[in-house]
Amino acid sequence: MKIPLAWLQLSHEKMRLLVALAGIAFADILMFMQMGFRDALFASNVTLHNSLQGDIFLISPQSQATIAMKSFPSRRLYQSIAFDGVKSIRGIYMDFALWKNPQTRETRSVLVIGFNPTDNVFNLSGVTSNLDTIKMPDVVLFDDSSRPEYGPIAEEFNQGKEITTEVKERRIRVGGLFTLGASFAADGNVITSDLNFFRLFPDRHRGLIDIGLIELEPGLDLEIVIENMRRELSKDVMVLSKEEFVNWEKAYWQSSTAIGFIFTLGSAMGFIVGTVIVYQILYTDVADHLPEYATLKAMGYKTSYLLIVVFQEAIILAILGYFPGYGLALGLYSLTKNATSLPIAMSLARAVTVLILTVIMCCISGAIAIGKLQAADPADIF
Amino acid sequence: MVDEAVVSIKHLNHYFGKGSLRKQVLFDIDLDIHQGEIVLMTGPSGSGKTTLLTLIGGLRSPQSGSLQILGEQLLGANKLRLIAVRRHIGYIFQAHNLLKSLTARQNVQMSAELHPELSTKDAITKSVAILEAVGLGKWVNYYPDKLSGGQKQRVAIARALVGNPKILLADEPTAALDSKSGREVVDLMQELAKEQGCTILLVTHDNRILDIADRIVNMEDGHLNGIKAVS
Repeated sequence: MKIPLAWLQLSHEKMRLLVALAGIAFADILMFMQMGFRDALFASNVTLHNSLQGDIFLISPQSQATIAMKSFPSRRLYQSIAFDGVKSIRGIYMDFALWKNPQTRETRSVLVIGFNPTDNVFNLSGVTSNLDTIKMPDVVLFDDSSRPEYGPIAEEFNQGKEITTEVKERRIRVGGLFTLGASFAADGNVITSDLNFFRLFPDRHRGLIDIGLIELEPGLDLEIVIENMRRELSKDVMVLSKEEFVNWEKAYWQSSTAIGFIFTLGSAMGFIVGTVIVYQILYTDVADHLPEYATLKAMGYKTSYLLIVVFQEAIILAILGYFPGYGLALGLYSLTKNATSLPIAMSLARAVTVLILTVIMCCISGAIAIGKLQAADPADIF
Repeated sequence: MVDEAVVSIKHLNHYFGKGSLRKQVLFDIDLDIHQGEIVLMTGPSGSGKTTLLTLIGGLRSPQSGSLQILGEQLLGANKLRLIAVRRHIGYIFQAHNLLKSLTARQNVQMSAELHPELSTKDAITKSVAILEAVGLGKWVNYYPDKLSGGQKQRVAIARALVGNPKILLADEPTAALDSKSGREVVDLMQELAKEQGCTILLVTHDNRILDIADRIVNMEDGHLNGIKAVS
């Protein structure tokens, strides 16, 4: 093996190497945390979508996200029964109403979801066990992970108290609890039957639904059914798989609001901080070794050899700095998860993304630092 | 062919700077150095000695006249040919310029690895052997900052000679050394170079070492004069 000059140069100055690795690890942690927070927030935002039981989702093409749904004719949903492999269909109504805190009498916007309780559409235990409760008029289920501004509903309900309050100035009773959690769209959620939904929203047309759920027979190729539906159904409805439905919601928050931008900017800052740190390290390294590099040139080494040395150093730094960053990020994730109950966790995609970003970061730094190599003129060292 | 000069310089002029700042530093230099000769170049600082040395070493491109090294014309030669010439030349610098992060053996090996005909194993064996030859057998695995000035300069000599260069160029190799180690270093250079049949061009101010020369040339204000045979 030839002399591994890059590694020897780096490892000779232990302290500087440690500082460099700490800097890169720090940049990696920044990126990991920003991306982790972003993904966790987006994930917390689609718990509703994930809890819906269905293979194919129909929505209006004019719908933007949960907060901006445009209803569409339920005829489209009924048309979908005609497709091969469709097992069942369910329509979901969604709207926002003002919830009155039973104690303070203050109102706050709540997301009301209605569906026909003969068929469950949520895989939430609180909903499954209370399907009969919401068949009663003006009885709703309340999300016990809603923000506290709605009042101590869950506590009082669990103590066996009867809770009545007003939604859209209509008197309702809380008949049960489920767990969904606050999202960007809604600070609190209420689930009830379609009939109760229309009692709350008498202006809403029964023939216009917000989400159409389609369940397929097991063992069918989802893609083919979706393709067929897209071709046959009128263009006033959008056909999405569950994954696409979830991504559709995420995409709104990511691209149409400041949230995605803020966290992307945060990640970019980590990237820039890392680039600057690595650049500093590599530049100082090159500057310190300039007479030595000039000597190597005088001996007959080509400039390309020195370029490779600098890039090798960059990549060694990237990889060595990445692992402590990864380990510390794991620790911070579990810390955050315990403190905030955000669903934050390491994903393979993110681990790979940050690794690639780290390597790119170090290579950019290397590319800037090698400008200094041109100054290693062997004629000047005599 | 036998008598052909290893270094053959004719009517060499060299300028620094551009336009109105252009200044001539070498004037009509003529110099032939033959195989196995030890030539010392003296002269006051700023007289152009180092410029001439860097030209001979392929570190600068000649501008006019003729400069032939080992039969190769360097006037108008491209970068790659200059680099190829450098590989046949051993350098010893005033500052030793060893790589701090490499041990003595690795420093020498860096030079040996420039010769593709040597396997890595051979390069190591050869590097250790030449370090033993310069009396550093016990120090092969030491880093430069653990070595004395004389020892570092001996490593630099080992590095310069490990590739069996045809020409050894030395720029004030004893300047940073006390007289005893300076003497040792020069004797060592002379001895090893004679063994390898290597030609030496040595720039020096140090009149304690003039006796090793076959010939002394004197540079003054860019003019080479007073070529005198010593022995």
